[in-house]
Amino acid sequence: MTAIAATHPEQLQRQQTRDRSNRPDLWTLLDQVKDPEIPVLSIWDLGILQDVAVNEKNHVVVNITPTYSGCPAMKQIEQDIKECLSSAGYLQATVNSQLSPAWSTDWMTAHGRQQLKEYGIAPPEEISARRAVECPQCQSSNVRVLSEFGSTACKALYKCEDCTEPFDYFKCI
Amino acid sequence: MGDVISNNQTAIQTFVLAEADDALIYGQRLTEWSYSAPYLEEDLALSNVALDYLGRANNYYEYASELDPAGRTVDQLAMLRDSREFTNLLIHELPIGDFAFTMARQFILDSFYIEYLDVMQHSTDQQIAAISAKSVKEAQYHVRRSREWILRLGDGTEESHVRLQNALNELWGYTPELFLQSSAETELLASKVSVDRSQLKPAWDKRVDAVLEEASLSRPEVSWQVSGGRDGIHTETHGFLLAEMQHLQRAYPGLKW
Repeated sequence: MTAIAATHPEQLQRQQTRDRSNRPDLWTLLDQVKDPEIPVLSIWDLGILQDVAVNEKNHVVVNITPTYSGCPAMKQIEQDIKECLSSAGYLQATVNSQLSPAWSTDWMTAHGRQQLKEYGIAPPEEISARRAVECPQCQSSNVRVLSEFGSTACKALYKCEDCTEPFDYFKCI
Repeated sequence: MGDVISNNQTAIQTFVLAEADDALIYGQRLTEWSYSAPYLEEDLALSNVALDYLGRANNYYEYASELDPAGRTVDQLAMLRDSREFTNLLIHELPIGDFAFTMARQFILDSFYIEYLDVMQHSTDQQIAAISAKSVKEAQYHVRRSREWILRLGDGTEESHVRLQNALNELWGYTPELFLQSSAETELLASKVSVDRSQLKPAWDKRVDAVLEEASLSRPEVSWQVSGGRDGIHTETHGFLLAEMQHLQRAYPGLKW
């Protein structure tokens, strides 16, 4: 029997880029940069950090993928990356926004999904898995959509019919 | 050879700018609902969809700016051109009307964009392909809501049904323009940068007809149709929209946040 990797191919490639990097310290450093709207989720766990490299002049180049086309947090994230790098002594940094391949919630790490859930936001179902949305408070699947769009570009609003709590769901694209 | 490339570049820029104008003008229209939607969740939904369109517009403008022979910036392209220089298709600029009108237009456009962007993500122009691949996912998400509203309003009360049917009747003559080729698009067809819009019509018809039928609505008979957006010939409301949208940049040239 052959084990089939449950990881999305693009997520796998992202993991390999990180694993093979000759500067793992920079990746670890950038784990400090969080999504400003979901402060428990790092840009790595969110799935938008694609690559980081540094040239001989100590100039750091970071590639990120935007989540939603109009996500207002992207500018803030770019700023936060530069601040994080400069506090570690990297004063020269460029942040490139890379549109292709388009970001998918399937790139979110297992750790990120767990963090989201503990924070009270239902993590996105994996597109391939087609699991039902669960209430992050009581784990019930007896939930309904209040609105397909929530308080930020990446969330929908749900309500749990068992514990009656409304909750955010990180919508799946 | 050099000429062929530069001609192609001009056509690509014209094409990309038109796509940008479509997204910006429609996004701007949707923002008019902010703080005045029927209820809070809808207010958020409308603003979120607006944001997706404004983001899409920004992506296209950035590319158009790169290709611009006059070197205009994104802000100059979006905020300092006049009505006759905008080449958005007319359906995007129509006033928001009532909620039924807004949702009818949203559904018409979503049904178009999921087909259109799905093809455009395979454009031979890599930047256009990348923007389309990003946007098609958003369009697929948008249609979940707009389709739902067509069913709810169509099968809702007598009032909601009548309003929605009237909205469709008013909008219908603006839909054929979605399937017309601009001269830039025609020029870019051979190199597979653009797509033949008319070929998307059957798939759009099928999608729209199925939902209209489910919602007990009738497909309007087209006895009139208008076009002109790609040539900069707009409806009278276009200038008013620009006046509001461009006010800050016009009043305080070079203003930055």
